[in-house]
Amino acid sequence: MSFVEKHVVVIYPHPDDEAFGASGTITKFREQGVPVTYLCGTLGEMGRNMGNPTFANRETLPEVRKKELIDACKVLDVELKMLGYRDKTLEFESRDEIAEHLKGLIETIEPSLVITHYPGHAVHPDHDALGAAAIEAVKRIETNRRPNVWAQAISRNHLEELGEPDISIDISPFFKKKMQTILAHHSQAQGVLGSMNPETDDIEAIAKERLGNEQFYTWNF
Amino acid sequence: MEQITIDQVQKQLERFLNKDVYVHLETTNGAYASHNNDKAYNVGAFIRNAQVNYKHAKIVGSGNAFRVGLKLDIGWIYAEGLSQYEVDDNDRLLMAGHDREGRLMVALEISETPFTY
Repeated sequence: MSFVEKHVVVIYPHPDDEAFGASGTITKFREQGVPVTYLCGTLGEMGRNMGNPTFANRETLPEVRKKELIDACKVLDVELKMLGYRDKTLEFESRDEIAEHLKGLIETIEPSLVITHYPGHAVHPDHDALGAAAIEAVKRIETNRRPNVWAQAISRNHLEELGEPDISIDISPFFKKKMQTILAHHSQAQGVLGSMNPETDDIEAIAKERLGNEQFYTWNF
Repeated sequence: MEQITIDQVQKQLERFLNKDVYVHLETTNGAYASHNNDKAYNVGAFIRNAQVNYKHAKIVGSGNAFRVGLKLDIGWIYAEGLSQYEVDDNDRLLMAGHDREGRLMVALEISETPFTY
């Protein structure tokens, strides 16, 4: 598949969501010369991975993850904007306020494509909430200026409920970059990949098996 | 953070006796517990910057599993599963328990100034 995009905006709530979810796709766009901006909702302040062995604690984690996020965006060569919400609280904030906040940013950047989580199929409440707010934000933009939205579903039942995703990106050519991006999130990489397959310590093998392609549903407004 | 020893942490807990302090208390098994294992449940709770004043404090336990109780005028603060502690640069007492992979399961933190919210 090949796409011609003007600018791509990625909207996820946590530092590392971009790495696990879309870093292959982002790399593909960057190699085509397409500018990419990551709007990262929180600093993952309430994450429970503290490194293994632990090197962070609840109070140092926000700064640790902020630095990891900045490093990961350097690896991906994307622009980063941190939105300043707090981890685990996005679903309790006003949906309307977050949508207006995002709408303002999207109207300034004028992307042709927005990538976010598929609300109701994104497992983590922050993913569902920010995905819903992002889609609401795009919906509020006039149709002639409205970017496309690719929504990412990670729930166990998304294939049964939503069918096959219409966008499937083979990221094997970009796997090395994806791994570099994941590993930039030093405090999270081992714990997240390890929990996907507790049988082995070979996190690169886990990543290859579990993260070999990146799939999205084009949102139908 | 380092391994809890009762003597060290008891001293630290007593440093805040009869003072207005801010508490962060949390337990979690992560947002993906039931996603990664369909027999598991997602359970978690946190309270950040609860303002309290405790009159009595005690740490009990051994090995890698300690409990802390803080006695308030009209109630208690309790945490189980603590194994590590640290007094950070802001003189705050941070206590936590982690699983084998270093993931936080429980935290109890006490400070004379509010935690960053």
